[in-house]
Amino acid sequence: MEKTLLQSLTAEQIKEMFIYVGETVMDNKPLLTEVDSAIGDGDHGIGMHVGFSNANEQLRVEKYTDINGVFKDIGKAMITNMGGASGVIFGTMFMGGVRKLESVSSVDLAILTTIFSNGLTAVKERGKADLGDKTMIDALEPAVLSLQTSVAKDSHLLEALKQAAESAVVGVENTKNYVAKFGRAKTMGERAIGFQDAGATTVSIIFKSMAEWLEKAENRKHE
Amino acid sequence: MKKIMNNPDHVVKEMVEGFIAAFGTDYEKLTNVNGIVFKERKDKVGVLIGGGSGHEPLFLGFVGLGLADGAAIGNVFAAPTPNTIVETTKAIDSGKGVLYVYGNYAGDTLNFDMGAEIAENEGIQTTTVLVRDDVASAPLDRIHDRRGIAGDVFVIKVAGAAADADLSLKEVARIAQKASDNTRSIGVALSPGSIPGSEKYTFTIENDEIEFGMGIHGEPGIRRTKIMNADELTDYLLNYLLEDLPFKQGDEVCVLVNGLGSTTLMELMIVNRRVAEVLRKKGITVYDTDINSYCTTQEMGGVSITLFRLDEELKGYYDQPAYSPFYMKKGR
Repeated sequence: MEKTLLQSLTAEQIKEMFIYVGETVMDNKPLLTEVDSAIGDGDHGIGMHVGFSNANEQLRVEKYTDINGVFKDIGKAMITNMGGASGVIFGTMFMGGVRKLESVSSVDLAILTTIFSNGLTAVKERGKADLGDKTMIDALEPAVLSLQTSVAKDSHLLEALKQAAESAVVGVENTKNYVAKFGRAKTMGERAIGFQDAGATTVSIIFKSMAEWLEKAENRKHE
Repeated sequence: MKKIMNNPDHVVKEMVEGFIAAFGTDYEKLTNVNGIVFKERKDKVGVLIGGGSGHEPLFLGFVGLGLADGAAIGNVFAAPTPNTIVETTKAIDSGKGVLYVYGNYAGDTLNFDMGAEIAENEGIQTTTVLVRDDVASAPLDRIHDRRGIAGDVFVIKVAGAAADADLSLKEVARIAQKASDNTRSIGVALSPGSIPGSEKYTFTIENDEIEFGMGIHGEPGIRRTKIMNADELTDYLLNYLLEDLPFKQGDEVCVLVNGLGSTTLMELMIVNRRVAEVLRKKGITVYDTDINSYCTTQEMGGVSITLFRLDEELKGYYDQPAYSPFYMKKGR
């Protein structure tokens, strides 16, 4: 039986999904700049734009036979071109996600969950941050936990991604209650409370746009 | 903001092109990355410095004779990428390893650590010494959280001289670390700087206000107050500084009075006048003084004072001659 989009995605489909994710994050540059300017140095939106535009340039010309290559190329484009803390952190999320993964030609929910779970572990090792430190981890960890719950419940991909996106948004909201432990916002102490973290915001946009792409692709199929 | 530039996206690239146009006899830019290296290669431990652009002459201006061998430079106020760090590391490694010296910022440590891992995989040994001289950026019990500011100058100077003495990487790192441990700075901001192309200053401050301890990217400081006269302001800075290490009677120090960008040499000298007076009264000997704008934040106004405590070993390396187009010690 042919697998549906809701069960499994090929490398080329994952590539299309992340091109859409990249475009969405780039469209949100003004929002990310605004969020980061409140407590950081205001360059997060610019950095993510640089990272995803380089990633998309690469994705558009490559043909992928395995998922690993898609994640590796996105991560590498970020690490190589962005600079600053975000380049390494977001690059590590993508590259670390597939580093220990055998070459796979398609992903189902279980593999996608493993990738983001590995990515989360790699980011924590690299950045030495944890939940509650007002970083992107505050959105990524709840999203990963939500994916894991969905695997246990045997949910389909779209449902799982929607849930993960919602969990990430809750995580972003939670960052408003935290004092920053890293980056430029750290020196603000209590004054950072009330403001959301820019990196966490980007994570929530990534999950939301993954779900959006899948929903649109699924709808197109039924037209 | 009024700035002399062509395109805000090209400021770093065009700055480097201008630097090479002037000093290309002694310096080269690596292809594909923003790495600057001194052309004269020696068979010794390499010293790599770096960080975000916008603080000139740091970092590229501290590559030279008796100084660093290369600088990995990032975009304005953003750490250089790991591949910039790796390529510059490769260019300056003679087989004896490379010491990384840079200011303690999250972005810089993430990128340099990643660069170090990649370099290590390619068979180049590296060690890192962080500069965290800004006493206002965290209390003493969280010294590892402190940021690096103008104190970079002394640590780079000593690291460069130690590497020139053909010591091992371990020894060069030990001496550079000792220099870093004995360096303390604090600044006061009068007016903000701006990122090229940005319509906003990095912070806002009233015309008659100053902020003590403000970071070089506009990180909030420790006290905002009305402008005070030069002696009062200097005393306030010195009080903070002296009790931190602490610097004591009988100590021998080098002084750096550093302008943050738009503050005039006249003002810096007026500050130094008071620094010299206070140190003399406290029985602290000034071995050498530098008055210059080395660690800047674009058009930011203000001054930082750095004290570097010497011992016989550090003095020996400090005494070695050093030269770059922006920094010079004749040696003694």
